Amino acid sequence: MKVSLFITCLCDTFTPDVGKDTVELLERFGCEVDFPAGQTCCGQPAYNSGYKSESIKAMKQMIKAFEQAEYVVGPSGSCVHMLKEYPKVLADEPEWAKRARKLADKTFELTQFLVDVLKVEDVGSTFTGTATYHPSCHMTRLLGVKDAPRILLENVKGLNLIELPMKEDCCGFGGTFAVKNSHISGQMVQEKAEHIEETKADYLIGGDMGCVMNMGGRLRRNGQEVKFLHIAQVLNTQ
Amino acid sequence: MSIKIGHKLYAERIQDGLNNAFMRKAVSSAQGRFRSGRLKAAEELGDWEDWRTLGEEIRSHTMENLDYYLHQLSEQVEKRGGTVFFAETAKEANEYIQEIAKKRQAKKVVKSKSMVTEEIGLNEALEKSGCEVVESDLGEWILQLDEDPPSHIVTPALHKNKEQIRETFRKKKGYTGSDDPVELAAFAREQLRQDFLEADIGVTGCNFAVAESGAITLVTNEGNARMVTSLPDTQISVMGMERIVPTWEDLEVVVSLLTRAAVGQKLTSYITALTGTRLEDEVDGPEDFHLVIVDNGRSKILGTEFQSALHCIRCAACINACPVYRHVGGHSYGSIYPGPIGAVLTPLLDGYDDHKDLPYASTLCAACTEACPVKIPLHEHLIRHREIIVEREKMTTKAEKMMMMGFAKWASTPAAYKLSTKMARTTLKPWTKEEYIEKGPGPMKGWTEQRDFPAPSKERFRDWYQKREQRSDQ
Ligand code: SF4
Repeated sequence: MKVSLFITCLCDTFTPDVGKDTVELLERFGCEVDFPAGQTCCGQPAYNSGYKSESIKAMKQMIKAFEQAEYVVGPSGSCVHMLKEYPKVLADEPEWAKRARKLADKTFELTQFLVDVLKVEDVGSTFTGTATYHPSCHMTRLLGVKDAPRILLENVKGLNLIELPMKEDCCGFGGTFAVKNSHISGQMVQEKAEHIEETKADYLIGGDMGCVMNMGGRLRRNGQEVKFLHIAQVLNTQ
Repeated sequence: MSIKIGHKLYAERIQDGLNNAFMRKAVSSAQGRFRSGRLKAAEELGDWEDWRTLGEEIRSHTMENLDYYLHQLSEQVEKRGGTVFFAETAKEANEYIQEIAKKRQAKKVVKSKSMVTEEIGLNEALEKSGCEVVESDLGEWILQLDEDPPSHIVTPALHKNKEQIRETFRKKKGYTGSDDPVELAAFAREQLRQDFLEADIGVTGCNFAVAESGAITLVTNEGNARMVTSLPDTQISVMGMERIVPTWEDLEVVVSLLTRAAVGQKLTSYITALTGTRLEDEVDGPEDFHLVIVDNGRSKILGTEFQSALHCIRCAACINACPVYRHVGGHSYGSIYPGPIGAVLTPLLDGYDDHKDLPYASTLCAACTEACPVKIPLHEHLIRHREIIVEREKMTTKAEKMMMMGFAKWASTPAAYKLSTKMARTTLKPWTKEEYIEKGPGPMKGWTEQRDFPAPSKERFRDWYQKREQRSDQ
């Protein structure tokens, strides 16, 4: 199976390890992974801020970059959901909307791809430690990926998974919200940090780097010792 | 009151909210109760998603055919001896009601809870024409005594705790009892009894008007609406023009959704249906009944991409699910309609000028959309508002516009993207310490005020990938 990796601009720039782990994971299950170098950012920062025409420029670039792909897989529920919104956003340009539909239909979030397409529930990884998982909003509510990360994590050997209180609450990231409404965002991520503390977990795991950076940044600011990881990093530990 | 409350700017209101520890505790615990109640009630019902779909269908069918049902409703109300008045604006609605009060030489008006009368500022209008207005819903009464606007559409005094309520009663009504909620409620009841007996006019809102029968239904828990609608001789119900269902069967669905989504109840203590005036062979009911149907900006929403905002049944589930609301409280929205539905509805009814910040007071986490019993895509409406604010109203800052134009260029030009991500680490070096930025420059400031920002990685993913490809080529 041929898979084109959609790395997301955050992982490309800040956490290349997440990308490496994603590639290795996919390869482990027989995928032939390539990386279309023309990819940039999904356009969400502009789209969610109301700059639709600006975001469309990014979208068109992404459509072009992945035109040849058989499957597109990305380690982020939020960015993958953005790709899936393209046909709607481009509805006024039928030609582009058609190309966008093709992209949307072949795009998957990493855990969703592993469980639903590759039918893998146990990736055979071992990760020793106590962890809690934050199910990010766009992944669960918008993309509808609720079970896949949990199924995969539950099958990781050595991992003691503790439920995060109020786990479905937003961490306060919200893209530009974190900057524009930084005070509200700060209170939201603080509440999240307190819930993480309550679990006494050593690791916080998330499926969206934006949210992980937000929570991780606050944990660090608070001097909390919790380490934070993307789910791909846990699933690729052996 | 009107839709807009207070004169403070958004940033100030938010700070007030965030700094009000009392309020935040009260809101957070109430939200917790409502949320678990809603989830439990939904689970009990079993096929909640099917109910939501049904609710959505009923509401969208009604809005598609609103003129038909409004016509049917007014015919039915008139057939039962009532008078119907269509008010295009708040002013028209108030003037009509003031006129009735004048004709009746009314001195005292008792009210049951109604958001639309808050929206049009009916109390102030009636007071201006010399009437004493008494709110009889416990929460509304507390706020009236305190001259405080509502902070929630179902439980308007949600932001107050019992100690504060006791203080209000003590100061304004000479209360001497404890802060035990039962004792406080008993005191309010006793005080209000006299008002009910003396009132010349009873004013209610309307949860849903049933078009096929002309019945105005009220969904309450305190029983005060029964008093408002049975004691005074003149009764006036005020409804937003969208608060209508075609049939009793439809009513059953939307009321089931409403009570479950709002407070996690199967049914509220009272569901009152008012159908016109007292007929000859009847023992009770008003001599005079008026239904005031308020447009006040609603018809402008019909036929637009925001039409589904009119499906709202005012259950507040979106408000109870909203993490932003939890931290800033209702008053921060500067509107009598707070929370996600408030952020959607307020700019539609009252324009963007005073409310352009509201659509941004959300992380777009979609907890609201998920909670909404009639499936209004609230977070998508917020994005639409943002688009309008940016593209049509041009209300954003020049700096932001420039940044977004830069973004578009960056994200649509791979060479620019590659160069800037390559340079990112070096660019941020002056602010970086131990792989983190604790105090960032420019647009990063908001972020680093609240949390640390990681330094861009030494090697990007694409560099690693390229090297790997080269290795495997050799
Ligand atoms: S928008 Fe939906 S959830 Fe919010 S108050 Fe209206 S009906 Fe309830």
